[in-house]
Amino acid sequence: MSTTVTRPADTSPVQEEQPRVESHRPTHTFARLAVVVAVWVLGWLVLRGHQTLALPGAQLTSFQSWLNDVKNSFDAARETNVFFKVIGGLSDGLNWLFTHLQYLFSTPAPGRPVPEIGWVGVLALLVFTAFALAGVRSAVLVLVGTLAFGYLGYWRESIDTLLITLLAVAICVLIGVPIGIWMARRKGVSASITPLLDAMQTMPSFAYLPPLALIFGIGTASAIVLTVIYAIPPLIRITEHGIRGVSEGAVEASQSLGCTSGQQLRKVQLPMARRTIVVGINQCMMAALSMAIIAAFVSGPGLGVPVTQSLAALDIGGSAVSGGLIVVIAIMLDRTTTAASQRGEILARAGSGTRRMRRIVLVVLAVVTVVAVYVSRLRLSAAQFPAHPALQRPVSSFISSVTDAVVNAIEQVTTAFANIVSYGLINPLQSVLASSPWWLSAAAILALAYVLGGWRPTVTAAVCEAVLLGVGLWNDSMITLTTVLVATIIVVVVSVVLGVTMGRSGRTDTILRPLLDALQTIPPFVYLVPALALFGVGRFTAIVAAVAYGVPIATKLVADGIRGVSPTSVEAAESSGATVWQMITKVQLPMSRAAVVLATNQGLLYVLSMVVIGGLVGGGSLGYFVVAGFSQDQLFGKGLAAGIAITALGIMLDRIARHAAARHGRA
Amino acid sequence: MARRNNRSIRRLSLVALAAVAGLVLAGCGGSNIKSTTTASGKSCGPFNIAVNPWVGYEADAYVVGTVAQQKLGCQVNYKNLKEEVSWQGFGSGDVDVVLENWGHPDLVKKYIKGNHTGQDAGPTGNIGVIGWYVPPWLAKAHPDILSWKNLNKYASKFKTSESGGKGQFLDGDPSFVTNDEALVKNLNLNFKVVYAGSETALIQAYRKAEKNHSWVIGYFYDPQWFLSEVPMKKVSLPKYTPGCDSNPAKIACDYPKYNLNKVVATKFAESKSPAYTLVKNFHWTNDDQNLVAKYIAADHMSPTDAAKKWISANPDKVKAWLQGT
Repeated sequence: MSTTVTRPADTSPVQEEQPRVESHRPTHTFARLAVVVAVWVLGWLVLRGHQTLALPGAQLTSFQSWLNDVKNSFDAARETNVFFKVIGGLSDGLNWLFTHLQYLFSTPAPGRPVPEIGWVGVLALLVFTAFALAGVRSAVLVLVGTLAFGYLGYWRESIDTLLITLLAVAICVLIGVPIGIWMARRKGVSASITPLLDAMQTMPSFAYLPPLALIFGIGTASAIVLTVIYAIPPLIRITEHGIRGVSEGAVEASQSLGCTSGQQLRKVQLPMARRTIVVGINQCMMAALSMAIIAAFVSGPGLGVPVTQSLAALDIGGSAVSGGLIVVIAIMLDRTTTAASQRGEILARAGSGTRRMRRIVLVVLAVVTVVAVYVSRLRLSAAQFPAHPALQRPVSSFISSVTDAVVNAIEQVTTAFANIVSYGLINPLQSVLASSPWWLSAAAILALAYVLGGWRPTVTAAVCEAVLLGVGLWNDSMITLTTVLVATIIVVVVSVVLGVTMGRSGRTDTILRPLLDALQTIPPFVYLVPALALFGVGRFTAIVAAVAYGVPIATKLVADGIRGVSPTSVEAAESSGATVWQMITKVQLPMSRAAVVLATNQGLLYVLSMVVIGGLVGGGSLGYFVVAGFSQDQLFGKGLAAGIAITALGIMLDRIARHAAARHGRA
Repeated sequence: MARRNNRSIRRLSLVALAAVAGLVLAGCGGSNIKSTTTASGKSCGPFNIAVNPWVGYEADAYVVGTVAQQKLGCQVNYKNLKEEVSWQGFGSGDVDVVLENWGHPDLVKKYIKGNHTGQDAGPTGNIGVIGWYVPPWLAKAHPDILSWKNLNKYASKFKTSESGGKGQFLDGDPSFVTNDEALVKNLNLNFKVVYAGSETALIQAYRKAEKNHSWVIGYFYDPQWFLSEVPMKKVSLPKYTPGCDSNPAKIACDYPKYNLNKVVATKFAESKSPAYTLVKNFHWTNDDQNLVAKYIAADHMSPTDAAKKWISANPDKVKAWLQGT
């Protein structure tokens, strides 16, 4: 406890940990797990193929037909219902707002061949905003990125995506921050809203797109609502966490000084949680941007349109260029908000001279920006992005030819590898999960949940299993569960290997991190075609897509964990002559166990969010039904049921993993 | 410190001043932006075309859209949507026309016969064929595979890791109702239907199979731009007779031929818009559509450029569509 005397506990990020001494409990756990699995496999050997509750592709259960009927009566009520009138007004308002933003920045305004503000003006505004909020480095980044919009031939689409993302994030902040504050102050509110947030994050958007388009109309309003639904949960959660995290001492002090509840919020909690809330906004932006493609399916404007069109023509280069611009926008927004959140402190510490200097530069830049906007309203060359040099076609054909060359070179090997994993791992696992009688699998999963996490996740798992049975998709859920488990295992293995390497070597980290950032933000639709070329149609390709999406976040978490291991422990091990391998397996990994567990959990959720994308490349089962339900009217109910099943699977796995982590994650 | 600051401030101000002056000068010279006058002719107004996600449809949509824009002065909005959501848009006014409809009896029942928000606007002239296809190398190496009766003989060749010990039949695009599970069952074929999940996945699978001479059989359709890259061969199924597909569970016959048609919103049809006349008159052949689709998919032209190219090469056809507008 001597450390707490010299510095307060809440500012010491590194706590002196001791290497964990292996307790006896894990061995027990492993033995019990082995027993459950053994019983399961034995039962499967005897009873396989019976009572699997398999449902043919085009067949619907009565629950699924009922969902169809609900949607149809919803559809019929459109003309008369008051609810629709109110919502209709709301979406008209959103559409009006967005159309006028477009007239300002991206599409020809009425009576003009170009928008009100031309490209030079937009560029100047963006660079000025980045400089004012975040500084020189962000301004340069924004300058380069914005020029890329135009030279790569997607100026209008990129600005539209930027506008729709910012508008959606603004709505998220308006709604999400107050809800987050409310949840932080009332336990009951938090407990009742959290499951809703879980559902919003895990329910695949395709499952509810048709009714959403019915309510909010086809076009921008639906795209924005869709984006808000997916992007608001992280903001709410992080805001709640930030307000809760404000130190008790500060809150008590303000209370004893006689602050009212409102004053306490405005003067103490919000300022102290400001940085965390900015992190929430940053996460919200990234989530909003990841909906850019799905938004195109309800005729939302932006880069999703060229990405999906390129996909229809199997144009790898075209989708890579337009999808790559989404990465560019993501990096611009991410770096700018991150720098902006750190800026306040840097400025506060800077001397008065620097501050005065900055003010003058700001004024000058503002003048330049105003002039640029003015000129871009007058001159056609400042209003329309120059057509030359047109880099789009050369860049995209270069990407296409490189991809083709790589595919041709390694196709045989990768296809063979896909076959080995499919026959050797996926098929046997799927057979045990899905060909066992449903009651055997259900009981085995409950037993595993109990052994791993105690009775609480077991109760959750039981409820989720009831949902899977209720929506009539037990067998398909087990097939999807198989691919999710295999993908998660691969994610964990890959991210531990990469994360340990990154955590131990700063240089590897510098090289890998931008790659991981890109992989995390590039729309999966971009790499579906090459993945299909390499691995063929099937569950393995679905797994590859999920792994590509899950690895970056998990790797970053592991790397951070490894780096967080206290230097004294590492030095102690070094001085006692530990080899590199011993260092990793006996010191660094055990001590960053909590980070590995968190990485597993996040990896799992990311993998789960790719189930639907997997359905597009042969993953089958739940993912396919969601897509089919979105495409075919008579399968809507089945698609929605599959969406509910995916959510149930997600919550079940998440709760088991979380409780297992709480039990075994810390020494 | 202060002096250095002052100096750099002065330098910065100079740079900024130069920039401002440059921009102002640039603004003075050259062409100024004039406000546009709306195209002459009859009032057309906004024209909302649903664009369903396949290249052939894109060809239809952009050819009609470009003609409407150039000749009729319509303000054309292309809406990228799947079929079901497109039809849903008739009632709200979000969608005026679906330009290539493949039957879809369920949607016809709901939106044309049911709530009357949509109505038929005649055939596009394209004949849609749905069926079972194999890559050309396979048809050449084993010609007898083109009859369904011989499929069981080769079933083991089609086995994959996904097909559970049987031959794999690749089903595809979730957009369309398929009878394939019923067909496999009722024709006693030793195959399992595996869902590729998207047109992209199907095409990639066929492309790979033709290149590597691997075995694949699956669902496909014509007109389709990919057929000009790899001319897939159709496997004959028991002949289609009217009514043979009335009971979905008992189907044991081929798919019917589809006279692809246009469907318009009732509101749009009653609006007397010249664009409606254009849509009614629009009629072309499978070859026409395949050509424009090839411009888009194989030659990587933008849909608008592809449409313009075809329009300028086919003035007679376009003229016929414009009659009565």
